[in-house]
Amino acid sequence: MGEGRGMKVTEEIVKVGLCAAAFVSVAVLLIVVGYVFVNGIGVLSLDFLLESPYRFEYGGIFPQIIGTLCLVAVCLIFAVPMGVASAIYLAEYASDNAITRTVRFCVECLAGIPSIVIGLFGLVFLVYYLNLGICLLSGGLALGFMILPWTVRASEEAIKTVPSTYREASLALGVSKWRTIRSVVLKNAYPGIITGILLGMGKAIGETAVVLLTAGSGLESFLPKSLFDPVASLPVYIYMMATQGHTSAAYTRTFGASLVLIAMFLVISIFALLLRNRYIGRMSKR
Amino acid sequence: MNFLERVRTCRYKRIDSKTAEKIVEKLLFIATLSSTLIVFFIIGFMFKEGIPALALGWDFFFGMIWRPPHNQYGIVPLVVCTFIVGIGALVLAAVIGIPAAIFLAEYAPTWLRNIIKPCVEMLVGIPSIVLGFFGLIVIVTFIRDSFGGYGECILAGWVILAIMTLPHVISISEDSIRAVPKAYKESSLALGATQLQTIKKVILPNARSGILAAMVLGMGNAIGETMAVLMVIGNPEIPFIPSSILDPVRVLTSTIVIEIPYAVWGSMHQHALFALGVVLFIVVAILNAITTAVMKRGEMGGGR
Repeated sequence: MGEGRGMKVTEEIVKVGLCAAAFVSVAVLLIVVGYVFVNGIGVLSLDFLLESPYRFEYGGIFPQIIGTLCLVAVCLIFAVPMGVASAIYLAEYASDNAITRTVRFCVECLAGIPSIVIGLFGLVFLVYYLNLGICLLSGGLALGFMILPWTVRASEEAIKTVPSTYREASLALGVSKWRTIRSVVLKNAYPGIITGILLGMGKAIGETAVVLLTAGSGLESFLPKSLFDPVASLPVYIYMMATQGHTSAAYTRTFGASLVLIAMFLVISIFALLLRNRYIGRMSKR
Repeated sequence: MNFLERVRTCRYKRIDSKTAEKIVEKLLFIATLSSTLIVFFIIGFMFKEGIPALALGWDFFFGMIWRPPHNQYGIVPLVVCTFIVGIGALVLAAVIGIPAAIFLAEYAPTWLRNIIKPCVEMLVGIPSIVLGFFGLIVIVTFIRDSFGGYGECILAGWVILAIMTLPHVISISEDSIRAVPKAYKESSLALGATQLQTIKKVILPNARSGILAAMVLGMGNAIGETMAVLMVIGNPEIPFIPSSILDPVRVLTSTIVIEIPYAVWGSMHQHALFALGVVLFIVVAILNAITTAVMKRGEMGGGR
């Protein structure tokens, strides 16, 4: 009987231990976000958001915000058409042969490549070999290489969830294959595809190493006038301020910029989450 | 327009739309091919730029000194530090992540799980540069104040990388624990085993391959991570093999980011940095391949 009680106590202790581990993981998130929030909220003002940085202790992050948005835009203009087209081909046209398997394998490989390697590739291929220079276009394309596998994967999954009866009904009506894909398959798969794109956007916004090597590494205080101008970005701003700032005024600004970056990511993920929930709700209603 | 003409235009139209179909298919195929080609381009260009340094052979792969100004490019200290930082972080992530996964899969009521799970997933979303900055201000300061030394050290790298790999470890481990057939668990409980005994003797052994896969994948992520780790490990001028966890270190990724702005284009230094990229790429590819293999074996085992 005593042994039985001992065992019960052990069970309870283990349970509490496991529970504590789970709470530690949640606490980490709350501590990091909370700390950034508390230290960054003070500096946030309209001036901070709308001014250019000046040395390390003055000014705001306007060019950085615009630069990050421009980079993400270029990245999406490249990665979305490529990714969705590849996904359509893989899901609708390709038969299961050696070529498709190679393509899938390569996409998986691309997803596994560390971002710094993609940055190095961007540097040698886009900046030097194609002679684009360190600029908005190079940075955007390199980010595009990085999120391409995610767009392909998410789009393919979304296209595959469209019931084949939809396709067959459309084809039976004499509609051509491409028309069917355009007006039946994509129409039903688009929330899934957009969710995938939003998640890719979230990755691209916070990426530093790639941008640092291909898009510009200074505290630029100007806006890019063309695709071939170097461009400022929030992650690079944080990196420069954190490693070279060394004053509390610079650190406060860095926390402010971090807060803006996290907020941007949060907005994107909330959109993705809402879209996913609506999508799942619609799928289950069928 | 007479009848014959109408028939002809009609036929032309049909041929047109058929050609259009073919063109679309070709275009889609070209897009797919380009996505694939990017991988070959990356591998090709990395090797092309890295080969002059890789060709140093013994001096590169087994050289003990990395000192670009003296033309010494030995990667041993960098590789050793990379693995020390990666493995330590993984152990730390496993110590917290696996129990957390067991709790989520076996004990947590649904409402609690619905709170914890999104929080853990959000952790992936914190940009690594922000986490690195947090580490620099909070963790590095804490270590310097309580243990002395520079503060920027292996220990700080472990903590930051553990935070980054934790979500991956938790979600994959939880999935593999949930994948253990219910019948196994129920029969164990029916035999009078307690929940803890069931977890230890039935669930964990069956979920082993999934958890192992999570570990290897986490390792790959940790080794490939750049910015967060760069900001907290100190990066000494001349990398050395550390003797204590409070020593500053230099890893493959941080070396690339720090030195590439100073490397003269076309010099051996630049080639050596690309060669580091090649080494990093190969190590991560091997780890990813192991993950896939372990997961496949696990799936086959689960199908018994």
